[in-house]
Amino acid sequence: MTLTVTDLAIARGGVPVLEGLSFALEAGRALILRGPNGIGKTTLLRTLAGLQPPLTGQIEGADDQIAYASHSDGLKPTLSVVENLSFWASVFGTHDIQPALDAFALNDLADRHAGNLSAGQKRRLGLARMLVTGRPIWMLDEPTVSLDRNAVQMFADAVRAHLGQGGSALIATHIDLGLDGEVLDVGPNKAQPKPIDDFDGGFL
Amino acid sequence: MIALLLRDLKLAFRAGGGFGLGLAFFLIVTVLVPFSVGPQSSLLSTIAPGILWLGALLACLLSLDRLLALDWEDGSLDLLATAPLPLEAVVTIKALAHWLTTGLPLVLAAPFLGVLLNLPVPGFSWLVISLLIGTPAMSVIGTFGAALTVGLKRGGLLLSLLVLPLYVPTLIFGAEVARRGATEMETQTPLLMLAGITAATVALLPFASAAVLRINLR
Repeated sequence: MTLTVTDLAIARGGVPVLEGLSFALEAGRALILRGPNGIGKTTLLRTLAGLQPPLTGQIEGADDQIAYASHSDGLKPTLSVVENLSFWASVFGTHDIQPALDAFALNDLADRHAGNLSAGQKRRLGLARMLVTGRPIWMLDEPTVSLDRNAVQMFADAVRAHLGQGGSALIATHIDLGLDGEVLDVGPNKAQPKPIDDFDGGFL
Repeated sequence: MIALLLRDLKLAFRAGGGFGLGLAFFLIVTVLVPFSVGPQSSLLSTIAPGILWLGALLACLLSLDRLLALDWEDGSLDLLATAPLPLEAVVTIKALAHWLTTGLPLVLAAPFLGVLLNLPVPGFSWLVISLLIGTPAMSVIGTFGAALTVGLKRGGLLLSLLVLPLYVPTLIFGAEVARRGATEMETQTPLLMLAGITAATVALLPFASAAVLRINLR
């Protein structure tokens, strides 16, 4: 399953942020998304996940293939770790959450309420959700925030295993995860303000 | 879909879930009315159907701002929107969960509170029937209002202003059924109107709610 993006332009809050973006994400590959703060990495991931329409350009191969993890983990504080994870598993039609618990070392926390977890533990639970979606393309937005070195390693292993099974991942991150994959620097694609034409110039 | 419904019900019953908020408000309003209007039983039985309906409506309104806002705040609304469930189904399930945790308890509590307001005996069954038919519309309309205002800080005021006018037809015909029932008059016309409003809102508004939610999530 290849995700192909052609000449994409996206906007945040009505202001164009990125333009002329083209890339392909093939099965088994990871793409590391880089660029300065505010360049539009989150907006790009949200657009690819289908949460907002692009200004122009085509996205192919994204329908029902993408598992998206945003800055927030989407956890319910009054549900236990297992309940949170089982909920997402049944929403995505998969039912086995044990591999996800194992991959992120959540077995000992299984019956704790998510509200009582530390920030890093919550993040681990949020990332474990990706495993229960059963979807091939992962879109991760700053996945390693508040993770310790061990947990970052756990996460990198989980991504590697996912790639090994023919999945792919697009990860916006500023740290080196040690994955073999290309780096996509979106800095050069920063949307340029439109040159002032005669019509606009008339007002100035 | 079942998973979402079960999760919402579970959340409502857990600590801090807000179950019982509407019910407590309903109880307080109906208990306080006799104190404020005086103890004449004839006056109370005249206004009982209207007070009970108004109380139920306001109790419903009270819990609306949590309906989608909590899911929006913790990010699960974004994740639900990218899940295989269509958003139309998500908002329908949300409305159903709201009705089960807010509307249905109000329907069940209404006859007991009717006693406090000296509701005439023939009115009890009509009160329950009218609330049973009318409260689903309130949950569905409320979900639409919640979808419109999701993501706004302190959106509760705007939500109430948007939703209250939409509640008016349900209130008019619902209270009319209960009032006519209590005075042993014919109830068919307002009952059909009430059922028509509920059927139409349940059939149409989930699509509108899903559409505005898609725009609000951008």
